[in-house]
Amino acid sequence: MTNAVGFENIIKRFLGVVANDDISLAIPRNEIHSLLGENGSGKTTLMNILYGLYRLDSGRIYVDEQPVQINSPQEAIAHGIGMVHQHFMLVPVYTVAENIILGQRLKREPLLDLSSAEQSISDISRSYGLGVDPRAEVSQLSVGEQQRVEIVKALYRNAKILILDEPTSVLTPSEADELFVVLRRLKEEGRTIIFITHKLKEVMNIADRVTVLRGGRVVDTVSAKDVNEASLVRMMVGREVFFQVDKSIARPRGVALELDNVSVSNDKGKLALKNVSFVVEKGEIIGMAGVDGNGQVELEETILGLRTVDSGDVRICNQSTLKLRPDEIIKRGVASIPSDRERTGIIGAFTISENLLLKGWNDPRFSNHTFLDLKKIREYSENLMQDYDIRAPRSSTVVGHLSGGNKQKAVLARELASKPIVLVACQPTRGLDVGATEYIRQRILLERDRGAAVLLISADLDEILALSDRIMVLFNGEIMGSVDSDHINMEEIALMMTGWRAKDLENHESVNVAFRGNSL
Amino acid sequence: MTITKKYPRNLLRKDAILAAIGAYRDRFFSWLIPVGAFLLSLAILSIVIAVAKVSPLVAYGALMRGAFGNQHAIATTLIHATVLIFAGLGIAVAFRSGVWNVGAEGQILIGGLTSAVVGIYVKGLPIYVHLPLCLASGFVGGSLWGGLAGFLLAKYRVNEIITTLMMNYIAMYFVGWLIRGPIRDPGGSDVQTFMILPSATLPIIYPGTNLHAGIIVALLTAVLIYVLMFRTSIGYQLRAVGINVHASRYSGMRIHLVQVSAMLISGGLAGLGGAAEILGAQYRLRDYFLSNYGFDAIAVAMLGQLHPIGLVLSGILFGGLKTGAATMQRMTNLPSSLIYLLQGTVVIFVVSATILQTMSARSLSRREERRNERRAPE
Repeated sequence: MTNAVGFENIIKRFLGVVANDDISLAIPRNEIHSLLGENGSGKTTLMNILYGLYRLDSGRIYVDEQPVQINSPQEAIAHGIGMVHQHFMLVPVYTVAENIILGQRLKREPLLDLSSAEQSISDISRSYGLGVDPRAEVSQLSVGEQQRVEIVKALYRNAKILILDEPTSVLTPSEADELFVVLRRLKEEGRTIIFITHKLKEVMNIADRVTVLRGGRVVDTVSAKDVNEASLVRMMVGREVFFQVDKSIARPRGVALELDNVSVSNDKGKLALKNVSFVVEKGEIIGMAGVDGNGQVELEETILGLRTVDSGDVRICNQSTLKLRPDEIIKRGVASIPSDRERTGIIGAFTISENLLLKGWNDPRFSNHTFLDLKKIREYSENLMQDYDIRAPRSSTVVGHLSGGNKQKAVLARELASKPIVLVACQPTRGLDVGATEYIRQRILLERDRGAAVLLISADLDEILALSDRIMVLFNGEIMGSVDSDHINMEEIALMMTGWRAKDLENHESVNVAFRGNSL
Repeated sequence: MTITKKYPRNLLRKDAILAAIGAYRDRFFSWLIPVGAFLLSLAILSIVIAVAKVSPLVAYGALMRGAFGNQHAIATTLIHATVLIFAGLGIAVAFRSGVWNVGAEGQILIGGLTSAVVGIYVKGLPIYVHLPLCLASGFVGGSLWGGLAGFLLAKYRVNEIITTLMMNYIAMYFVGWLIRGPIRDPGGSDVQTFMILPSATLPIIYPGTNLHAGIIVALLTAVLIYVLMFRTSIGYQLRAVGINVHASRYSGMRIHLVQVSAMLISGGLAGLGGAAEILGAQYRLRDYFLSNYGFDAIAVAMLGQLHPIGLVLSGILFGGLKTGAATMQRMTNLPSSLIYLLQGTVVIFVVSATILQTMSARSLSRREERRNERRAPE
């Protein structure tokens, strides 16, 4: 059996860190191969080298058993390698066809003949059941659809080896299933698929073989049949990780946050939230499950006062916040971990101190209304860095130089230091490794035990189930149901995320049959 | 209950090294870019001079001598620098706040106008009242002129580049009309206003030259702006909004207020520049009296990396160029406007370098997810 891709003694260094430490790995043709590892394990680096985005320091790469030099994505594409990145590389204002032909030579150059490209795209889309419309404008597509455009883009360029980087991080469970169907069909055709992930269930679901990376090295390559989640985790982190979190019983005491029949429009004028009503009490965690694009961002913004409602009321401790400015709402005790860390959570060019100050520049502790007390700010920052385990040399380190986990801890520190009454945590552990994830989840639980009302908006079902006292599902701007976390399982939440309402789940028997053997 | 775990020390050291490298690199570039840009521009200008069959060394020598050769030269250099520093400070404050104020030209004019009017027509005040009052009027005039653009930006999202740019011309012609009409001195030979009163004059600080106290005020203002931007909560907000308006919004900052404040401060500083020139050097308003300072100040601000220290040095440098150009022309017949070539190339190089720096920083942060993989696992 020939190998589609071979890595031999790959070494790649960045600024003092060895990202790939003598990696040797062979991926046979016609296989779905999963690269599994925590953040920092080197999996994406390795794939970026294969795709020509990085240049290796030493080692050799083989494609179809021939040694190759890949110095750019163009060369990778010429070797039949396609990559679908975690962050899509699409031009929002262009159509699907215009995006897919980017960088390609067309037949009747310099005339822009999109029609033949559109035809090919439709053909590809149809034969794999991808449902991509070449004339659609990318900005109008959902995240799942955009990903399918990326896949069509790779197929259009005749990718025989398809690399997917954390593809399901932005998909609903059912979209993920559809993706897997597509991947299996691609495999049947003879293509090779390399699948970067840190989600164990996916690996067990779709991979033929798994390579576990840790600290830049290969731990082992195993057949998926021969392992289970526990053994995979042990290989990934080298220690026992407990998914279950020790959670005491919630003791809700009084409504802190209430949404009353709220309807909100998004930037395009469509309704993002439709008659949404729910309450969050102090001392409980409400998990709002749902995949990106169903109104989560608008919900976050509405509670923080950054978006005006079309109708309905939002109340904090029984007082309406509709007429309040964002800084006034913050003063009422609302804290948030925003879903878009880089954009709204931190100011990358600022230091840790300056970022921690984002909530308190007006605070009399740090400024007498004009002058900032730099010394006190520094002490405060250093204390917070200790408390929240923010790992950086000093408080004057620029936040942009920190890793994702440390950035998120900085956000956490800033928001929680004010001992908020309401905490809105949006996708708090997205893109973080196991260590940071554990830490942040523990911290959220601590806040709840302290008496804060926590609204956890997340697409990570493990997280929702582990942390929430009550679970709600947001789909298409509506609440599909509200259930006690003890009385529901993952399949049922997944169903609600695709449009089932809680009451419809009473036809439980048929549901269980449909999901057997297809666990997420 | 503490959740903090003990992590091995060597991981911290790795983080420390990486962060330290990042910090040193930033500081290195902030000096390398302006110095490099200037030297490169000198090199390019030398080529042009050589083509004109003049020795670049002779030309630059004349330039230097004209700028710093004797005390009168230095005085003139510093007088020019005064306006450039004021306006440059204003532009720096605006740019750092993300507001692209290109209206310094007009703000200087209006500031000069208001300070002159108060200086001419408000009688009977002692100098220690009148002079500060005139300077303050200069600030207020420029401030309101800039603030109008700021208000339009904040309230109606009108692009401030367009408004400030166009308001330059409005200011030019408005002031020109006033000088010709309502505030004209009919007895004068030129189109000009009356002279400002002695009680409104900035005193000469180096006897025997024209060097007036404006330069002292400018330097003090530079210190003040440094404190404002880096040690006050207002400056903190201005910088935050300038770097990342989204995160600033999320943390409750009132973006509109910040933007308007930026324009008010910025316009006011430029206005002070105009006031200093009138009250210290010209003593009356004359048509075209302050041409091009506003646009020169943009180059000054960019070369100075939008930092008060850099601005002062850059202002003196450009002031010297302006002064020396006339000498260069006299001695080598090269047109004095050649220094604008220098200025232009300097701006191009500085902006290019800054863009490259930002691009590499942004692509580094966009690959943050992947960069995470390269850090030691937490």
